[in-house]
Amino acid sequence: MDVTVEPPLGMLAELTHRCPLHCPYCSNPVELAAKRDELTTEQWLAVIEAARDLGVLQVHLSGGEPLLRPDLPELVSRASDLGCYVNLVTSGLGLTKPRLTDLAERGLAHVQLSVQGADAARADLIAGAKAHARKIDAAAVVHEVGLPLSVNVVLHRANHDQVGALIALAEQLGADRLELANTQYYGWALRNRTALMPTPGQLAAAEPIVRAAVERLRGRMEIVYVVADYYEKYPKPCMYGWGARQLTVAPNGDVLPCPAASVITTLPVENVRSRPLAEIWYESESFNAFRGEDWMRDPCRTCDFRARDFGGCRCQAFMLTGDASATDPVCSRSPDRSVVDGILAAEDAAVRSGGVPEFVMRTPTVVR
Amino acid sequence: MPGKPRLRRGVRLTFDKVRDTHVLLFPEGVLVPNATAAAVLELCDGASDVDQIAARLGTRFRGVRAEDVTDVLARFEDRRVVEWT
Repeated sequence: MDVTVEPPLGMLAELTHRCPLHCPYCSNPVELAAKRDELTTEQWLAVIEAARDLGVLQVHLSGGEPLLRPDLPELVSRASDLGCYVNLVTSGLGLTKPRLTDLAERGLAHVQLSVQGADAARADLIAGAKAHARKIDAAAVVHEVGLPLSVNVVLHRANHDQVGALIALAEQLGADRLELANTQYYGWALRNRTALMPTPGQLAAAEPIVRAAVERLRGRMEIVYVVADYYEKYPKPCMYGWGARQLTVAPNGDVLPCPAASVITTLPVENVRSRPLAEIWYESESFNAFRGEDWMRDPCRTCDFRARDFGGCRCQAFMLTGDASATDPVCSRSPDRSVVDGILAAEDAAVRSGGVPEFVMRTPTVVR
Repeated sequence: MPGKPRLRRGVRLTFDKVRDTHVLLFPEGVLVPNATAAAVLELCDGASDVDQIAARLGTRFRGVRAEDVTDVLARFEDRRVVEWT
C-alpha cells in the first residue's frame, strides 16, 4: 500500500476500566478488562516512553476513572518530563485539592471533567451514583489549583432539554471549554440506543441555543458541539482517518486505532506486552487495515468527500452492516443508509407509542 | 491591538525532537508553527508589547516590523493560542 504514515500525535491511555459511575451511554466495551489484567506501573511507564519516542505529544489519561490508579502521579510525571501535554479525563470523584496540587506540580496540563446533567437530581439519575455535587466540588478544586478546565457532557434524550442549563453550569464552573457531544453508539451505549436517541424535536430546539451561546461566549468559553450523526447526511471524519493521528491503549495493554475498535472482530488485536508500540503503529495489520484509500469501496472510492470524511467510522460500518470496509451507513450515499433510517423510524415509533425502554445502567461486567 | 500578548492558559510551546520542530500544545490539538512564528511566540511573556517583541526579534532577524508581529499574533489569537493582557 502506498501510504505515508505520519507519527501519532496523541495517545488515549485508558488506565483502568474501573469507574464509580454507571452511565448508560458508556462507550467502553460491554466486556471490561479486570483489575488483575491491567498493565502494571512499570508497563505503563514503558508505554509512555515508547509513545513519546514514536512522536506522541498529547497523553490523555483516561479510563474508567484514572484516579483509581494509585500510580497516577508517577505516570503524569513521566509523560510530562518527556515533553507531553498531559490531560486528565475524570469523573471528578476522588479529585481532592492535595491530589490535584500534586498532579499539577508534576506537570499535569489540563483537566477534562464529565458532567451528566445540569442539576443533581437529573445528573445523579444518569450517572447511577450520587456524583453531581462532588463534581461541582472537583471543578472548584481545578479552579483553585489554576489548571484549565474542560467540561464534557454526553447528550441524549434524558438530558438534551437541559442544553441551555448545561451551558450556564459550565460558565458557572469557570470552564475554558465545554464539549457537548451527542452520544456515539459504541460499547455499552449501543445497548441503550433506543433510550438514548434524542428526538428530532430535541435536536432542533438545542441548535439555536448552542449557536447563540457560541457567539455570546466567544473568547471566554469555547463550545464544541458534536452532532448526533445518525441524523446527519454525511458521516463524521472519524479519528481524522484510521491510524492517522491517535492510538488508544486499553487497560490490559491492547493497542487500538480508536477507542471502539475492539468491536471489529475481524481484525487481530495487538498488545504492548507482545509487540513494540512503534511496530504496532507502523506495521500491524490492524493499524494498516483502513489507512489511505485503497481499502475503500464504492461509493467512497470515487467520492469527492473521501479526503474529508475518510469514509466515516469503520466501527459503525462494521456494527451496522457487518463489513468494516463499507461506507459508514450514516452517509446518504451509502447503499446501507436504509439501516440507519430503519433505526430512526423504530425510535420514532417507540417514542410515539410510549414504548421507550428504561436505561440499562452500566455494570462492571468483566472478562473472566 | 491592545496590551501585551501571552499564551493562553493551558497552551504550551515546546520543541519536539521527534519531528525536529517547535510545537504548540493545547487541550485538543497540536499546531506546528513555522520558525518565525515560534520565535514570536517564545517572546510572548505577558510583559512585553508588540514593539518590544519586534525590537527583540530584530536582534535575531533582519527587517522585522511591528505589523508582521501583529499579523502573526492575530493568527494565533484566532486559533485561541494567544490572548492579550
